[in-house]
Amino acid sequence: MSGFGEIAVSALICLGAFFLFVGSFGLAKLPDLMRRLHGPTKATTLGIGALLIASMLYFILEDEIVSLHELLITTFLFLTAPVTALMVAKAHILLDKEDQEKLPPTGREVGWSVLDAPQTHEAKKS
Amino acid sequence: MLKTLLPHPLLTLLIVLMWILLSGFSVGSAAFGLILGVAIPRLTSAYWPDRTRIGSPLTIVEYALIVLWDIVVANFQVAYLILFRRGDDLHSQFVTIPLDLRTPEAITALAGTITMTPGTVSASLSADGRALLVHCLETNDPEQTVAGIKSRYESRLQRIFET
Repeated sequence: MSGFGEIAVSALICLGAFFLFVGSFGLAKLPDLMRRLHGPTKATTLGIGALLIASMLYFILEDEIVSLHELLITTFLFLTAPVTALMVAKAHILLDKEDQEKLPPTGREVGWSVLDAPQTHEAKKS
Repeated sequence: MLKTLLPHPLLTLLIVLMWILLSGFSVGSAAFGLILGVAIPRLTSAYWPDRTRIGSPLTIVEYALIVLWDIVVANFQVAYLILFRRGDDLHSQFVTIPLDLRTPEAITALAGTITMTPGTVSASLSADGRALLVHCLETNDPEQTVAGIKSRYESRLQRIFET
């Protein structure tokens, strides 16, 4: 592997590690759950993304094979991370009476689906 | 006939491709991927009755590139907020985004995008599915945040899913 390739891979690994650190640090530092949730959901995007690009680059330069597993990891992360964050947020709203009062109005006749009964498909049609 | 056999042709294609990528290309893995690709959409079709119509691939590529770029930019902003600001000083608040999108797939894509772009997490949907609750880490102008999300992501998703 050429010197330039090594520098590029190392830089990407450092960048990824930095953002993963910031994500975890945010989780520990920020004061309440909704703000803390911002840390880890972000770390998975650019932090893991940079590490995966570094991994692909390494295999292309070192073994001259194009590794596509990283693309799958990215896809699965992008599919699962928002669902986890949504579930944590919903559980928090359901349990935290203080935050429930801070929620803005929906602008609709019904409330938020966490607290209000969801409108069924049939009810919407009629 | 074809509709009962393959309720979601795109999903079938996606599953076959993913299986081959996961297990390496061989006749065996392609055949097993095909079996999964036919079986899974049929088993789950009861929970996903309507077939999604998707706009031109070009609009999807454009959307993906915009989201990726936003993720990179906003990651630096959030990193700055986390490292150099006191947690209690952040102007965090919930905002309501009224939705023009109607199809569940499009709303799911929008909620996922909002969570993956740093600084915002989607937290809930109104009970009738017409408004989205979003938590912002730092915002001084909630209306501008909402307008930004609507013009940047929602209008494009509308072109992808609802044309």
